[in-house]
Amino acid sequence: MSLFTVDGISLQFGGLRAVDNVSFSISKGEIFTIIGPNGAGKTSIFNLISRLYDPTSGKLFFEGRDITEVPPHQIAKLGIARTFQNIELFENATMLANLLVGRHCHATTQMWQEILFLPSVRRAEKDHRRKVEEVIEFLDLQAYREKLIAGLPYGVRKVIEVARALCSEPKLILLDEPSSGLNVEETDDMSFWIRDIRSELGITVLMVEHDMTLVNRVSDRVLALNYGKVLASGTPSEVQAHPDVIAAYLGA
Amino acid sequence: MRFVFKTDYDQDIRILKHSGYWWSYGVLLAVLIAAPFLLGSYLQSQLVFVFIYAIVGVALMILTGFTGQASLGHAAFLAIGAYTAGFLQGHGVPFIVYFPVAAVLTGVVGALVGFPALRLTGIYLVIATIAFAFIVEEVLARWESVTHGNEGMRVRTLDLVGMPVPRDSSAFYFLCLLVLVGAVLVALNLLRSPTGRAFVAIRDSETAGKSMGIDLAAYKVKSFAVSAAITGMAGVLFAHKMTFISPEMFTLLLSIEFIMVIIIGGAFGVHGAILGAIFMVMIDPFLTALKDDVPVLAASVASSFGMAQDAAAQLQEKLSKIGSAAGLKGAIYGLIIMMFILFEPYGLYGRWLKVKLFFQLFPLYKRATFKRQKTYVKSERNR
Repeated sequence: MSLFTVDGISLQFGGLRAVDNVSFSISKGEIFTIIGPNGAGKTSIFNLISRLYDPTSGKLFFEGRDITEVPPHQIAKLGIARTFQNIELFENATMLANLLVGRHCHATTQMWQEILFLPSVRRAEKDHRRKVEEVIEFLDLQAYREKLIAGLPYGVRKVIEVARALCSEPKLILLDEPSSGLNVEETDDMSFWIRDIRSELGITVLMVEHDMTLVNRVSDRVLALNYGKVLASGTPSEVQAHPDVIAAYLGA
Repeated sequence: MRFVFKTDYDQDIRILKHSGYWWSYGVLLAVLIAAPFLLGSYLQSQLVFVFIYAIVGVALMILTGFTGQASLGHAAFLAIGAYTAGFLQGHGVPFIVYFPVAAVLTGVVGALVGFPALRLTGIYLVIATIAFAFIVEEVLARWESVTHGNEGMRVRTLDLVGMPVPRDSSAFYFLCLLVLVGAVLVALNLLRSPTGRAFVAIRDSETAGKSMGIDLAAYKVKSFAVSAAITGMAGVLFAHKMTFISPEMFTLLLSIEFIMVIIIGGAFGVHGAILGAIFMVMIDPFLTALKDDVPVLAASVASSFGMAQDAAAQLQEKLSKIGSAAGLKGAIYGLIIMMFILFEPYGLYGRWLKVKLFFQLFPLYKRATFKRQKTYVKSERNR
C-alpha cells in the first residue's frame, strides 16, 4: 500500500510552471529519490509537500488522507518531517534546544502550565529528552549537545538537521540534498544513516539528491524531473539509462 | 573550571544547575534583602526603579530577545497597567484584585497588538508598535472621564490587604523585588519548556519552525500577550511609585529606554534585562552629575592652565548651556546604543561572560571564541 501519493500536482509562479502535473507514489519503507538539473522543481515539490507553498492544482495524500489543505504547522504532527537544502537550524540555540524543537509537534502542555512548570511539564520534558537522546545516540552527536549551532561546522549542522527531523518521530522524512556540501567521508556516513533510518527506524525516505553515487547506493526508486515535468521513473539504473534523462543532463 | 557530570535529566532541567549557582544567587538575594536596611532612601528608591525597569526588561526580553519581535510600544503597555491600577483603586478595588486585572487587561491588549505582527516583520513591526503607542498616548489624553486627560491622575498609597505600603517603604521595595523574581521565573520556566523553545525557533527561522509544527500565529500572539501582561504588572508598581501619572510620562522616549535596557544588557538572556535596567536607571543621575560638575571642573582646569578669569567663566557658562540643551539626553542615548551595537553587541552580560571565561581559561582565552560568524546561505524565500 502506498504511504504517500502525489496526484497530478502543479505549481505556477506567474507565467512559470515550476511543477507541472507531477504524480508519484511512495510505498512504506521505501527510499525514493528525486533527481534533476538545477531549477527542475525538486525543492518546490518538497515545499509543496510541507505545505509552505499552495499547489495550483493537484492533490497530496498521506496514509490515504488528503493533506492538500492542511496548514503547514500540522504537517509535522501527521508524521512528515523535513530538512532544508540551505540548513535552517536555529542558529543561536544549542543543539539540544534545536532537537527539542523537533519534538514540538508532540508537546502536550499548555502555556499556563509551563509558566508554573507543573510536574506534568517536567514529566513531558523528560520524555522529550529521552527521545532526543535516542536520536543523538543514533546519529553520534554526543559531542555537540551544549554547543551553539552558530559555532558548528557545516557537516555537523547537516547531520543535526536530520536529527531534528528524526526527533519528531516521523513516518516519512523528506531530505533536501542531504549530501550537499559534505566531503566524501561525510557523504559515506550519510548514506549509511539514510539506510539505517529506513531499516532500523522504519521511516520511509523521500529525498532530493545530486550525488549519483549516493543515489545509486541507497535509493530503491528514482524520479527524474526537468522543467517541472517528470522525465522518467524506476530503479536508479533504469532512470540513468533513459534517453530523456541523458538528454536533460548532457544536452541532446 | 567546573565540569558538571550529568547523570539524570533533572540536572539539565533545573534552573539552578549546580551548587555554584546556589551560592552566587543566594548571596545576591541576601544582599538584596539586606539592602533597604543598609542603604539610604535615595539608593533604595533607585533600586525600586531598577526593579521596575528590570521587570519591563524581562518582558521585552521574552518578546524581542527570545521571539525576535521588536517593539517600541512597551511604554503604552506600562501606561495601560498604570492607568488600570489608578482607575480601579479610585473605585475602591483592592490591590490583590486590580494587580492581576491590570496584568490580564494589558495581556489582552498585547495579544490584540500581536495580530498585526503576524504579517509584519522587522522595521515594519517596529513602526506598527510605535503607532500603537501613539494611539494609547492619545486615548489617555482624551478619555478624560477615566484618565483625567492631560491633568493626570493621582494614585493613592498602595493598600495591601489593609496594610498601607508607602512608596518609600521597604515593604514596597520587597513587593517590587517579589514581582521581579516572579517575572524572571516566568521567563525561565517558559525557556525550559516547549513554548519558550518555539519562541526561539521563530526568532531564528520561521520556515523551519513552521515545518517542525510550530503555529507561528499562535506563538507570536502568545509572546506578545505574556510580554504585555508582565509589563502591565510593572505598570501598577510604576503608578504607585510615581503616585501621579499623566500621559506625557509614557512617551516614545520611555519605550526607547526599555529597548535600551535589553540592548545594553544583552538581548539573549534574562541576566541582560537586569544588568541593562541597572545601567539605565543609574545613567540618569550620572548624566545629571556630569552636567553640573563638568563645566565647573573645565573652568577651574582652564584657569589653572593660565586662562583669564572672565574667559574661564565664559567657558563654564557655554558648557553648562550645552549641558542643558533640549534633546541632549536623547542624543546621548542614541550614542550609547550605537556604541553598544558596534563594540559590544552582546551587551553587558556578554562582556561579563567574556571576562568570566577569560579567568576560567586563564591563560588560554582566545579572542576569537566570541567572534560572530556570518552565514550567507540563509534563505529568506519561504518566510
